[in-house]
This record gives sequence, C-alpha cells and structure tokens, in this order.
Amino acid sequence: MSLQLFIEQLLNGIQFGFMLFLMSAGLTLIFGVMGLINLAHGSFFMIGAFSASFVAGLTGNFFLAILASLIFPALIGIMVEFSIIRKLYERDHLDQVLATFALILIFSEATRYIFGAFPLFLDIPNILQGNILLPGEIVYSKYRLIIIIIGLFIALGLYFLINRTLLGIQIKAGQNDRQMIRVLGINISRLYTIVFAMGAALAGLAGALIGAIQSVEVGMGEPVLILAFVVIVIGGIGSIKGALIGALLIGVLDTMARLFLPIFFELIMETSQALSLGSSLASMSAYLLMALVLIFRPTGLFGKK
Amino acid sequence: MFKKSISTFILFLLTISYAYGDKVKVGMITTLSGGGSGLGIDIRDGFALAVKDEPNIEIISGDDQRKPDIAVQLADKMIQSDKVDIITGIVWSNLAMAVVPAVVNQGKFYLSPNAGPSLLAGKKCHKNYFNIAWQNDNLHEAAGGYASSAGFKNSFIIAPNYPAGKDALTGYKRYFKGSIENEVYTKLGQTDYAAEIAKIRASNADSVYFFLPGGMGIAFIKQFSQAQVDLPLVGPAFSFDQGILKAVGNAALGVKNTSQWSKDIENAENKKFVEDFQSAYGRLPSLYASQGYDTGKIIVSAMANASIKDMDAFREALKNAPSQGFKSTRGKFSFSSNHHPIQDIYVREVVEENGTLTNKLISSGLVDHSNFYVDQCKM
Repeated sequence: MSLQLFIEQLLNGIQFGFMLFLMSAGLTLIFGVMGLINLAHGSFFMIGAFSASFVAGLTGNFFLAILASLIFPALIGIMVEFSIIRKLYERDHLDQVLATFALILIFSEATRYIFGAFPLFLDIPNILQGNILLPGEIVYSKYRLIIIIIGLFIALGLYFLINRTLLGIQIKAGQNDRQMIRVLGINISRLYTIVFAMGAALAGLAGALIGAIQSVEVGMGEPVLILAFVVIVIGGIGSIKGALIGALLIGVLDTMARLFLPIFFELIMETSQALSLGSSLASMSAYLLMALVLIFRPTGLFGKK
Repeated sequence: MFKKSISTFILFLLTISYAYGDKVKVGMITTLSGGGSGLGIDIRDGFALAVKDEPNIEIISGDDQRKPDIAVQLADKMIQSDKVDIITGIVWSNLAMAVVPAVVNQGKFYLSPNAGPSLLAGKKCHKNYFNIAWQNDNLHEAAGGYASSAGFKNSFIIAPNYPAGKDALTGYKRYFKGSIENEVYTKLGQTDYAAEIAKIRASNADSVYFFLPGGMGIAFIKQFSQAQVDLPLVGPAFSFDQGILKAVGNAALGVKNTSQWSKDIENAENKKFVEDFQSAYGRLPSLYASQGYDTGKIIVSAMANASIKDMDAFREALKNAPSQGFKSTRGKFSFSSNHHPIQDIYVREVVEENGTLTNKLISSGLVDHSNFYVDQCKM
C-alpha cells in the first residue's frame, strides 16, 4: 500500500468524522441542555437533504440548496419544538423515546407522501466535481475537501458560540443547572427553542452535504443517527468537544478498519474467509470502541463525572 | 406492543378488500413504507394491475417495513385469521428466508415476485414454492458472461456482506473468464464508498462489477463518477431501474447492466403492460412492477385451469401456466424442475431518450438460462 493511498483514506476518515460531528453536535446539545433524547434527529438530516434536492431542482443552484437545508429543518424544528417537544422535557426518557420515535414515522411517511417512494436527485455543482492534487502527489476529491473545511469552520463557530457569547453561557448554565437559570430570570423556553432549531439546522446541513454524494431517500437519517448516538456516548453526553473528538475517532477508525482488517486477516487465513471476517469486524469497529470507552470511562471521554 | 399496534394500524390502512366471492385469497406481504418502499409499491401495483379484471381474487396486503420479524407476524396472521391460499410480495432475500419455509410447510403456496435466495432453489426447495422473477445468481451470471465477451480480463468486484451479496459475486465469478483483482464486501446499508473507490483507483483492474441494491447503488455510482475513475462499470438491473435512474442522473449514462426484463422487449403482452401501467399509475413501470404483474397473471392463468381447493391440481396448473395461456412480459418463460424461471437474460445500456434516462436492450446475454441449483433440489 502506498503512502498516498493511506493519506487519502485518512482524509476520507476525517471527512466522515466531520459529517458525524454535524449530526452529533446538535444531538449532544439537545440532550445536554434540555435532557431530551431526540430520536427524530435523523429526520432533520433527511429533511435537510430533501429540501436541498427540492430547491436545487427548482433553481439549479447548489448554494441556494445548501441554504435551504439550514433554513427548512430549523423552521420545522421550531414548529415541532413548540407543538410537541416542549411537552416532553418534564417527562421521563421512555416517554421521550416513544414520542420522538413516533415523529420519525410521521416525518418519514409525510416525506414519502410528498416526494414519492423513489430516491431524489441531488448532485454536486460542476465546479466541485473531480479531484484536486494535494502536496505529496495525493489525489483527493474537491467536494470531500470542502466538507472537511465546512466541518472545521462549524466546529470553530460552535466553540466560539459556546465560550464567547451570552447564548453560549446560557447553554452552559443550562447544562449545569436547569432550575437555577430559570430562577435567574433567563427566558428558558426561548433558549430551548434556539438550541433545538440549531441542532435541526446542523443535521439538515449534514443531510444536504451528504445527500449530494449519496442518495436522497426516505429513512436515510436513521443509520447516521445510530452512529451519532455512538459518538456522543464516546465523547461524553453534552460535550461539544467530546462530540468532535468522538466523531473524528469513529470516522477514522471505521475507514481504516474497512481498509486494513481484510488485509490483516488475509495474512493469517484463507482469502474468502478473511474478506468476510474482516468486513464483518470492520462494521462492528465503532461499537467495539464504544464498549471499550464505556468500560474505562463510563461517562465518555469528556463527560461529567 | 407499540410496534405491533403500529403495524396493525398500517395493515388496516392498506387492506384492500374486494367484495366478491371468496375464491382465491392472496396475501401480499411487501415493503410499503420506509427505505426500499419503492420496490414493494411497484410489485403491489404491478400485481394489482394484473388481477384487476379477475373478480375471484381477493388481495390482503400488509407492510413488512423491510423487517423479518414483522414479515413473519404478517404471514402468521394472514394464514391463521385471514385464511389466505397464496402468499406473495416479499422483496428481500433475508425476509423471504424467514417467511417462505413456514408458509409452504403449512400447506400454502408462496409465489416469489423478487427474492430468489440460493437455498430456496437448492437444498430447501419446496413443491409449494415458485419463483416468478429469477434465482438470485442469474443477473450476475449474465453480467459475468457479458464482461468476458466485452474483453475484460481483470475485475474489481464489490457487494454487501449478506447472503444475496455473496450469491451475487459467486454468480459473476461463475461466468467471468478473467481474473479477479479484488473482492470487497461492504456493510449492508453502507452509503459512503470513498475508501473502496480509492482502492479501485489504486488497483490494476480493467473493469468494476458491483451489486449494491437500492440507495447503496445510487451512492456508489455517484461517488464513482465524481471520483472520475476511468474504468467501465457493470451492474445488475437493480441499480439502473426506472425509479433509480432519476436519482443517479447522468452518472449512469452508458453503463451496461443485465436484466431479464426491459420496457422495450418486443411482444404484445409487454406493450400492453407498459401502456396499462403508465395509464393506471402515471409513471413508467420498473422490473419489479413487471415481476409483480407476471406473478398476478400466473395466478389468473392457474385459476382458469384448476380450483384452489385441489392443491395438487392447482400446483400443476401453476407449473404448466407458461404453456396454458400465461404469457410473460419477458417473452419466453418456463419453469425449471425446482420451480424457477428458464428465461433469457439481456444486456442493457443506460441511454438518454427525450430527456429521460432509460435503458435500451443491446444484446441477449444468456439464452434460455436456468439456474445452478436444479440438481440440489429434491422435491
């Protein structure tokens, strides 16, 4: 294996990690601040991709499509928070799981009703098609590089928001003591709505960015949602830093395991068995890492003790 | 409990009852919601179109949500409380493996409009089980044959890590005369192929064969084209079907794929099917719709020749349907001794026709093709 291929795969892992980060950042904030387990987070991923595909189909402009993938999920997030989620904050986790699971079914079937059962089309603009030559003769996809850059900017933006703004202080205070910030006279329901909408918008953006290189279809959010939950368990629930580190860990681990495990097993056993065992183990790698982290740090890497 | 009440509710919504005599009751278990529902909806619609003029068929339909446990529950309910005579509709091989053995052992017929796992064609074949579509390996065998005749010498092959994925690559290798550069099994449902495409680019392969049904294939073709890897791509029809092409876009142009059906196969039955389907549902039919349609027509033909009350006579009527009035949309069609189709498998190319992407027949890949497992089946 050449060094170029290795670095290309490392970049692929990092790109996958940033995607997971966009999903898990919202999930971890919503859980950290409101104590809500939101299974419907994957639906916002799907809504983002469908809104982008719809707007791209109407206007032919990818950048407007990306904008739509932030705005529509945020608006729907606000509506859902107002009408349903708000009633769930005081309920126990089982009720939340039940209600947000119902939301998944409602969103999926509503989307199917509006757009039909077949996948939609969304492609990246011509200017981002193809590859770019990075230093060291590394050929890498322009679009995936852009995803990494967007992910970096959003991570920086969230860091700034949490640590340098009033909203960030309120979010942190909300994570520490919900009762207290209410007593201090902060409009807690407005804060909750903002956090929920922000999470929905980030998930929507992830959906649109990924939808352009995968398929825009009903139910596309749920597999990502499962990994996003793994990420926030590894990173520590409520921690943005944990979500970032966890997402990058999972992204790189998953990609590298897919690449190296079959090669590794080929050294010690027959090829067809090695391929099968290697790829099975690779698809388990994220969960194995989660189990390991839970054994040694039950609250996750950056979770509160 | 919750899941059960949801599925009962959906079942209730989808139950279509025809108020005619109770001659033949057909249980349609297929995927009608969530991921992959496009396939199930096409099978259901194709089937309904085929039997719409037959007042003695009653269809009870249920949504399996692509989950084996729900499919099993539906089958139990249909057999025990609805007393169906025939079950059909399942799209996915893993669901078929969970449902079919139980159905046929309880003395009901199962007619498969899609899934054809090798086990059900070979060791676990059953006299009450008929497959109207194909045995899982078939389209891949034709693809292997095509790749050899196109002069490819070294293929990179890729499929998901589950039984149908292994059947697929086995089928390809059975008819491909060149060597295999690399064989990759991905996670079922994986949609990011950056790592695999990088491997392909770094390899010495001269062609790529992939079996990645549904959204997986859409993702793969788009990413493969975006990565500008300059290698010919070959796949089975599943990733180039009418419903999928829209989502893949121009990335699919020129790709060769193998299918037992195509909307431009010339025969009267197919012409009528394509026209009727378009006027009934306002969209072009897919190969799944054609399979659902053929399944319905076989039942109609068997009903004309035997009563469902006499299982042995009805089984013979199903088996002999191709010579007793049933005309397949694919043209030539008969059953092998293990109740799977003997048919031609064609090579198609994705072309643009009046601004719409569609498939054009370019050659017949395998003629009068049966399946590899005939000898393993002891009925």
